[in-house]
Amino acid sequence: MAEETHDTGTGGDVTMRLWRGDESGGEFTDYVMPAQEGEVVLDVIHRVQATQAPDLACRWNCKAGKCGSCSAEINGRPALMCMTRMDTLPPGQAVTVAPMRTFPILRDLVTDVSYNYEVAKRIPPFNPRPKTADEVAAGGYRMQQIDVERSQEFRKCIECFLCQDVCHVIRDHEENKTAFAGPRFFARSAELEMHPLDVNDRRELLQKEQGLGKCNITKCCTEVCPEHIKITDNAIIPLKERVVDASYDPVAWLGRKIRNRTKKTPAEAGATSPATGPAAVQPQFGARGIPEPEPSIAAPAFTATEAAPPVPAPAVDATIEDPPGG
Amino acid sequence: MAEYETHDFDVIIVGAGGAGLRAAIEAKARGLRTALVCKSLLGKAHTVMAEGGVAAALGNVYPDDSWQVHFRDTMRGGKMLNNWRMAQLHAQESPDRVRELEDWGALFDRTKDGLILQRDFGGHRFARLAHIGDRTGLEMIRTLQQKAVADGIEVFMEVKALRLLRDADGVVSGVVGYWRPSGEFVVFTAKAVVMATGGVGKSWLYTSNSWESTGDGHAMSLWAGADLIDMEAVQFHPTGMVWPLSVRGILVTEGVRGDGGVLRNSDGNRFMFDYIPPMFAAETADSEDEADKWYDDHSAGRRPPELLPRDEVARSINTEVKDGRGSPHGGVFLDIATRRTPEDIRRRLPSMYHQFKELAGVDITAEAMEVGPTCHYIMGGVRVDADSAATTVAGLFAAGEVAGGMHGANRLGGNSLSDLLVFGRRAGIGAAEFASDRTGTVTVDQGQIDSTIDAATAPFDNQGGENPYDIHHELQATMQDLVGIIRTGAELDEALGKLDGLEERARRVSLTGGRRYNPGWNLTTDLPAMLTVSRCTTLGAINRKESRGGHTRDDFPTPDPEMGTLNFVERIPGGRTDGGGVGGTPSIASITVQPEPIPVMPDDLKELLEEAT
Repeated sequence: MAEETHDTGTGGDVTMRLWRGDESGGEFTDYVMPAQEGEVVLDVIHRVQATQAPDLACRWNCKAGKCGSCSAEINGRPALMCMTRMDTLPPGQAVTVAPMRTFPILRDLVTDVSYNYEVAKRIPPFNPRPKTADEVAAGGYRMQQIDVERSQEFRKCIECFLCQDVCHVIRDHEENKTAFAGPRFFARSAELEMHPLDVNDRRELLQKEQGLGKCNITKCCTEVCPEHIKITDNAIIPLKERVVDASYDPVAWLGRKIRNRTKKTPAEAGATSPATGPAAVQPQFGARGIPEPEPSIAAPAFTATEAAPPVPAPAVDATIEDPPGG
Repeated sequence: MAEYETHDFDVIIVGAGGAGLRAAIEAKARGLRTALVCKSLLGKAHTVMAEGGVAAALGNVYPDDSWQVHFRDTMRGGKMLNNWRMAQLHAQESPDRVRELEDWGALFDRTKDGLILQRDFGGHRFARLAHIGDRTGLEMIRTLQQKAVADGIEVFMEVKALRLLRDADGVVSGVVGYWRPSGEFVVFTAKAVVMATGGVGKSWLYTSNSWESTGDGHAMSLWAGADLIDMEAVQFHPTGMVWPLSVRGILVTEGVRGDGGVLRNSDGNRFMFDYIPPMFAAETADSEDEADKWYDDHSAGRRPPELLPRDEVARSINTEVKDGRGSPHGGVFLDIATRRTPEDIRRRLPSMYHQFKELAGVDITAEAMEVGPTCHYIMGGVRVDADSAATTVAGLFAAGEVAGGMHGANRLGGNSLSDLLVFGRRAGIGAAEFASDRTGTVTVDQGQIDSTIDAATAPFDNQGGENPYDIHHELQATMQDLVGIIRTGAELDEALGKLDGLEERARRVSLTGGRRYNPGWNLTTDLPAMLTVSRCTTLGAINRKESRGGHTRDDFPTPDPEMGTLNFVERIPGGRTDGGGVGGTPSIASITVQPEPIPVMPDDLKELLEEAT
């Protein structure tokens, strides 16, 4: 069993360096807590609330990695507080916890993630083909396991929005938020595009209104995903290829269309969405009040991969019509 | 005069888990102005944590399955305390509700024929649980959430509901609450309100429930004059994590056992063979050999005792630990590593693999898990009419975990997700019809709004008082120690006294900081509901002098046939809505309890129970 103990387990103290403040500004405040064995970051924050800072704002629900509420930047790295064990962090150093930088601050560790809910409204919804006579008789659609598994990978998403947080297109460019859906919603569109029953065609919307071309596939989103969804490889790159098919290879597109099913046109698909068009997203609480990380954590671990993967295929290059955002 | 914003709708649904979302979709489909009000962000409600599956007699794996067998299993699992009509509607309608999810985009695991795959669970005679690996709740809530968004339903997220509002005739006409991000108050007026607030587990120390499960809907309904029933019936899920301490209580899905996992004590014995109760002896295997044949072919042997209903398994684990045959950290061993291949385990139980690997450093494909009982679900709740989900107060409907009756004294795994769908829809219809028939302008009691807001903000003006976190921790310790899985009269009486003391202390809370996203304040406003629900559970437990389902009395260790015909009903006489308690709520001392006969089952349904055991 999990008997191994680390140096947080034997009576020492741990320093939690937590960002306190609101949209007008703030600072990191140190809280020294006795270390306890087996704890995750969220446990220690709860103890800080109960004993030292009862008004310390922190969003959480399940504390089991299933709801995606407690996203933050721990020692500069976007992660779930409930799934980050204290004994995986460098011993003897303060543990820095800051709110997600890409979203406006509400208070302390809590950000306004309404941008994501606005984007969700603009994704044309699921639109299934009719059931066949056999399916009506059988009482439900027939799909093979191998065919549902492609979309099931994306449906593991717990909407923690860490991928949105780490995405340079919006992390460093607030102005892109009006025309960029972000990795979470590219995965959602990929899920629908690959859904065995869905007949909407979202490709033109993805390119023209959701900024698929802005993604320069640095894979930061994949790296921070707590569900280990291969967002870049399995969602974004295949979407880019489908968009290329639609734009540059009408024969291939037509073949796909005839072979598979009749997709709705982008206009038709968009019309079924409750909030169509490139609606500007206005943050609920005004300007971003992003805390500056401490110098010691200015180089988050995930930046190491930014330069790493070169753009793999020319076909993908061709889809990058807009200048990369980050 | 307090400041607040107002919104008017036809139907307001409090809670955006499975039941709330399903109710909203139904009300909206009927053309009503519908809104959801929820305490957290959309999609984070407790439904997201459901793992193993949703129970419905689809018959995709065992064509012999039918609503009649599902009804029988549900009633027997509930130790016959269930509202028979709810159990009937649930069994009849859940297949359509599950198929409907597929029409809305859900992607269940498939059979070889391409239909929805079903897995075995405790107390279900046939493999009945439609599932997606071990993340069925996530799939359900995401499907319903995306449907609700597509339908254009308005959602007020991170709004804590404080109190129901009534008009001069006592008809429920709205809700008052506050935005957690801003701390500003908000009033919703509506022609009908649906309570879909989920459970109560956060009043216990070791629980699978998230912080949201504070019994808000149970308490708000009671304060508005509604009846609660069976509040003593709390389910302790047999398998929660026990180590490390920080994760103690986190759920380990029953799917582990459904897929072949077995329970062993420190001697390595499959001890569940020693705990087969007479009620289930005829259908339970009496040797490991027989049990092991059953997994692949249910006609080759009887079911393994690890798949007895949850109350039986939880009590058995408790006894093993108490008798000194537990695991190092006070649980027992749940072993799937020696029973299935690592590939199978990772494919069928990906979340469990992930959860143990990351939180406990345990590889469940190579070693056994340590598990023990964890507070999981309350069978009791707001008394409702089975067909319409109407409560005993006009204008108020309830569905999901907050409603009582469906599951009797013990819920079968998988029956809650189907409950959410079946009765969420029915509550949506019930509320929509009530709202459509309601004439005249909806009015609310201004004094009630003002007093609720004043009481909610009062702790900020209080200096040097109590810390709300301390009160919460003591409440959890009290309920865990004195109103836990095994109860005695003396301890329950002691709990009543402690709850009174905690209520007194909760009146003296003082708060620092402002109202914006202040978790100390949020907890303070949750305390009245937690105290209320804890009192109701304790009162019910004192009065039910027998052991039945999730309620076990050490001093009355067997079921009493007489008691089996009774619900214990909690209410606040006269429907008092103010005064005496915490935050302007009625004092918990004003809650009364009395026995009332359970609805009598018609003969044709009784015959189903007696057929083929």
